Amino acid sequence: MNYVLFAEQFLNGFQLGMILFLLAAGLTLVFGIMDLVNLAHGSLYMLGAYFAATFSHLTGSFVWAILLAVPAMVAAGIIIEMIALRTLYARDHLDQVLATFGLILFFNELTRIVWGPEGQVIPLPAYLDGSVALPLGIDYPVYRLVIIGCGLAVALGLWVLVSKTRIGMLIRAGSSNREMAGALGVNIATLFTVVFGIGAALAGFGGMIITPITQAEVGMGEIILIQAFVVVVIGGIGSIKGAFIAAILIGVIDTMGRSFLDLLLLFILPANAAEAAGPALSSMLIFILMAGILFFRPQGLFPPKGAR
Amino acid sequence: MKVLLDIQALKTPRGIVATIVVLLCGLMPIIAPAIGESFYVDVFARTMIWAIAAVSLNLIMGYGGMISFGHAAFFGIGAYTIGILAFHGVTSAWVQWPVALILSALVGLVFGAISLRTKGVYFIMITLALAQMLYFLSVSAQRYGSDDGLTINDRSDFGIGFFNLDDDLTLYYLIFAVLLLCVYVSWRIVNSPFGMVVRGAKSNDNRMQALGYPTTRYKLTAFVIAGVMCGMAGVLDANLEEFVSPDALNWPRSGEMIFMVVLGGMGSLFGPVTGAVVFWLLQDFLANWRGFIGDHWAIIFGPFLILVVLFARGGIHGLVDRLFSRKGGAQ
Repeated sequence: MNYVLFAEQFLNGFQLGMILFLLAAGLTLVFGIMDLVNLAHGSLYMLGAYFAATFSHLTGSFVWAILLAVPAMVAAGIIIEMIALRTLYARDHLDQVLATFGLILFFNELTRIVWGPEGQVIPLPAYLDGSVALPLGIDYPVYRLVIIGCGLAVALGLWVLVSKTRIGMLIRAGSSNREMAGALGVNIATLFTVVFGIGAALAGFGGMIITPITQAEVGMGEIILIQAFVVVVIGGIGSIKGAFIAAILIGVIDTMGRSFLDLLLLFILPANAAEAAGPALSSMLIFILMAGILFFRPQGLFPPKGAR
Repeated sequence: MKVLLDIQALKTPRGIVATIVVLLCGLMPIIAPAIGESFYVDVFARTMIWAIAAVSLNLIMGYGGMISFGHAAFFGIGAYTIGILAFHGVTSAWVQWPVALILSALVGLVFGAISLRTKGVYFIMITLALAQMLYFLSVSAQRYGSDDGLTINDRSDFGIGFFNLDDDLTLYYLIFAVLLLCVYVSWRIVNSPFGMVVRGAKSNDNRMQALGYPTTRYKLTAFVIAGVMCGMAGVLDANLEEFVSPDALNWPRSGEMIFMVVLGGMGSLFGPVTGAVVFWLLQDFLANWRGFIGDHWAIIFGPFLILVVLFARGGIHGLVDRLFSRKGGAQ
């Protein structure tokens, strides 16, 4: 086995895990606190990418693009919450699924109308574009390390926000018992709007920082949304810690599976069968993992305390 | 057959809507050429196939409370079984169809056993994830066309001279007959002791268990039946389109199925059929609009979906009941 390749793929998986965490954190927060299934969370990821692409085009600076796009995503999240989602809290999950499915159709088409069918790119500044030499002779792109750093920083920030600040206290109170928190004088409606704004910004941020590697395109949110669902389900709905650990797990396993599963299969299968089964099996790997975990722990690995 | 033939039941508002829809489907090969829009025969054939899928989903979602967001998986299994067998030269319907239905049942058993361990939103997400797993499998199957899909050169062959699916009209009325059969089977299931347990588990699972019913087993059986029915829709679709691609089992298809059920009226026997017809006619109408709306019909369709969810609870059948209510609906 080539250790350099192995280490590189591990880091790539870790980086995918960070992006997944940014989506899953918002998803799990919104579900844990508001009991809202939001399929359109992937649309926020896509909107973030397009916002950043446009700002990058206007300002010519990657950093400014992010600095402008994040508040824009908070604003977009708040507007979407107030117009479309607020009425859905009292509805059952089926209504929420359908209405947010309608939102996906709407946002995908809106994006096509505003930005056109072609993908949008965000050029990287020169100081982020190169590779850096890591120990053990690994050459790794700087920007992917930046993504990993951003993800870890956001995770740390979220932890501080939720466990150390007053708003975090309100979020925790709202998530363990909404009615009680409301009865004790917490303005639940405002809290929901703020939380959704945070979730939107996190998802949008994920879309922004991945775009320089890939590109912003219609439908980018749906592919990753399904993976984020797997993360949320494995981690335990409503648990940020669970989302963090499950995101890294899924990111690493998915990436490593795609690179090395066919090699592993060579040990048990003839070459042509392994070549055919490798890609098929590796694309199913995280779902098999999810099914396995749920079979033994239906509530996920880290169900939040006091979950209903 | 008592209720289907019962004149009283046909006189209820729902009954009238259902009768109109059945007549429309049954007579379309005559109506469409008469008004000079022959392509509507094709539109209706496709609509009826989706109606079968919607009827099957309604069985578990409307009556069993199992919100499956992965029902398209079974559609894909049915369609891909036909496609892959035809690809290897097996075109006999007597082989293809049983294999497709048994495969649907087996997958339904496995998926159901896994997802029924969970409830509520977990169930939604897990059915979605399991279906996506099959979607990715179909995408990675390079031998069978992966993303580009698989063209099916021969329709299923029953080996009976006068019953040849290559004749579009024969296929049309076969689809029509299967649709009616599925509605009839649903009606029998829903009103059977078995169906009563499933419906009871929807309204209060704990109480049904306390009464001594192993509800999970009942629900799993319903899940498998619905899977087989939806697999049948996939079998018909592969024959109609002579093509199958991963799109057939991608998650937007599952979402559309849920929408058809809700649009027509969840938990009403004929609602999903009405829902499928309205869904496809509306989509066809918007997509054929000249200019901006025709190019971007989803910009209307998405908000329409949200409005239906927010303001038309009970769907079209519920709406009809409320508009013309005398004593309530047929069920």
